[in-house]
Amino acid sequence: MIRENARTLLEVRNLTAKVAGVEILKGISLTVRAGEVHAIMGPNGSGKSTFAKALAGHPAYEVTGGTASFDGKDLFAMPAEERARAGLFLGFQYPVEVPGVANSQFLRLAYNTVQGARGRDELDPLEFDDFVRERMKLLEMDPAFLDRSVNEGFSGGEKKRNEILQMALLEPRLAFLDETDSGLDIDALRIVAGGVNKLLTADNAVVLVTHYQRLLNYIVPDYVHVMDGGRIVKTGDKALALELESRGYDWLDKQAA
Amino acid sequence: MSASATTAFLESLLAGHSAAPAGPLAWLNALRGEALERANALTLPTTRDEDWRFTDLSALYRLAFRPAGAAAIPTVVAIESFAVPEVAARLVFIDGRFAPGLSSTRAKAGIEVRDLASALAADDGFLRGRLAQLADHRDDAFRAINTAGLAEGAVVHARQNVAADGPIQLLFLSTQPEVATHPRVLIVAEDGSDVTVLEEYAGLADGAYCVNGVTEVAVGAAARVRHVRVQREAAAAFHVATSAVRLERDGSYASVSVALGARISRHNLNVVQAGEGATIALDGLALIHERQLADTHSFVDHARPHGTSRQLHKCVVGGQAHAVFNGRILVRAGAQLTNSAQQSRNLLLSRRAHVDTKPQLEIFADDVKCAHGAAIGQLEADELFYLRTRGLSETAARNLLTYGFAAEIVDRIPIASVAASLRKAVLEQTQAELGPAA
Repeated sequence: MIRENARTLLEVRNLTAKVAGVEILKGISLTVRAGEVHAIMGPNGSGKSTFAKALAGHPAYEVTGGTASFDGKDLFAMPAEERARAGLFLGFQYPVEVPGVANSQFLRLAYNTVQGARGRDELDPLEFDDFVRERMKLLEMDPAFLDRSVNEGFSGGEKKRNEILQMALLEPRLAFLDETDSGLDIDALRIVAGGVNKLLTADNAVVLVTHYQRLLNYIVPDYVHVMDGGRIVKTGDKALALELESRGYDWLDKQAA
Repeated sequence: MSASATTAFLESLLAGHSAAPAGPLAWLNALRGEALERANALTLPTTRDEDWRFTDLSALYRLAFRPAGAAAIPTVVAIESFAVPEVAARLVFIDGRFAPGLSSTRAKAGIEVRDLASALAADDGFLRGRLAQLADHRDDAFRAINTAGLAEGAVVHARQNVAADGPIQLLFLSTQPEVATHPRVLIVAEDGSDVTVLEEYAGLADGAYCVNGVTEVAVGAAARVRHVRVQREAAAAFHVATSAVRLERDGSYASVSVALGARISRHNLNVVQAGEGATIALDGLALIHERQLADTHSFVDHARPHGTSRQLHKCVVGGQAHAVFNGRILVRAGAQLTNSAQQSRNLLLSRRAHVDTKPQLEIFADDVKCAHGAAIGQLEADELFYLRTRGLSETAARNLLTYGFAAEIVDRIPIASVAASLRKAVLEQTQAELGPAA
């Protein structure tokens, strides 16, 4: 929901970034305020995922110019873990499998680390178990997933639910969800989107990186941005997503030219 | 290595044996005598032997060992940390000698657990034709030395169609330095039986000692054997061992071997699929640091058709340690429709850590599926990044991933309390290596 006096969570100005020596981001500016839902769409290779990873602090993504402030702090001065502790969350397109580490163990470690950094109480295993089971209900997740290794052998949909579960536990101020909808069937999409909606408040915000308008039927964006060639080439409201769905991206190139 | 040094070493190992009086069993005397002859005829392996190329035992050969003297038997309390609540029976050996006061041999009917000396003394005909049939003492000096002194060890016998109601623990504790022991284990799982054996080696003594073990496992038709092997010898110890396994038709053998201890350890794991349709699963973990060397040589011999083997061997190597893995798989000409997969995965935690890994596939059948792979590396950048986006420091992320890498093998141990205790050991060692999580 757009509110005039809402607090600015993220302010990115003219961000440029390289991956393996190649400039992928060529000057991105984006402002996200509390309470807002943004969607970033665009063709493959337009730099959407790179943008999300650069903001989250992936060491392979080299920021070469521009600024980003998160909740008033210089984002690029912080290592990845501090960005997370400060309340920035990245939901991965391809969540990493960690064999040998029980999901419950990982979730509790992440939760307690972030809680500790925020000066809040940590939970012992029993308290955490109650807490995480409650949160899992949001996503209609089977508690059996707690005992399995992190993401190992999870289906695509299960991995994405596990991502949103982590979002639910870490309570970020701003969540970037990178193609959380890809690979989900319609039931899983409905559940995952429902989970995200329940987590949205007037104090936090979400940026959905997606190829598909379908997700935006469930999580309704306040802004839709189109990325192409490492830049945001157009910004509109939810109607823009519908237009992209029916017309593709080519008309934007002509319009920009 | 001078010949005289190895000779002195060999003589010190055999010293205890020749003193042993000939027993009443003619077949045993003949076996020991033949093995003693082989021990004297065989040369001790050096790095010039292809099978020992990476494992230099010269530090071992410079030492002289003595047979174990009478050891002070630890109290039950002193070895409480080795207690496994799930066990159906437990045999404890102190410096190679059976300690009846620490053991409980009562398993259910049809599952017989005995110490080898008692079993030999009983002379009931069971051991003849079963003992020393699977581990070849004619081609290996260490096995020959073990066999020449055959006296102490464990016998586990599961009768036909009997399933044990808990794991059998065989615990070999070393308490004295400069002592060499030669434990011998025989596991016979008759047709249709089901048994889990935990074979554990640990040191309570500082200083160098030597354990030279041989374990034989006969898996009958449609029998199932799960074999957990934990080597946690003291830091200065030498541990050389062979596990020789033979599977009959539709038998199943699953082993998890974990090597944490010893200055130098070598485990030969030889598995023969002697019957059609048998299934073999081998999981291994070496978690070593400082100047340790851990060597695993496995050999899976698919001699009959329709066999399945799956192997995952992992090494986590810190400090200046050195891990060796040689995984030989032989598919004989008649062994059609064999399905075999072998993976060697290795994690180096320091720049001076070292791994030599070698898959060795020899396939003589034309309708088989065989896959193998080896990877040596550091942790993946994407894995670290994932954990850091969840708030974990880089050190905490490294710790967790390293722990998980090793725990994947530990988790395959079918005895919950053993898996839990090893998870703790793995956690402590990875944290010691990488520093506490910030």
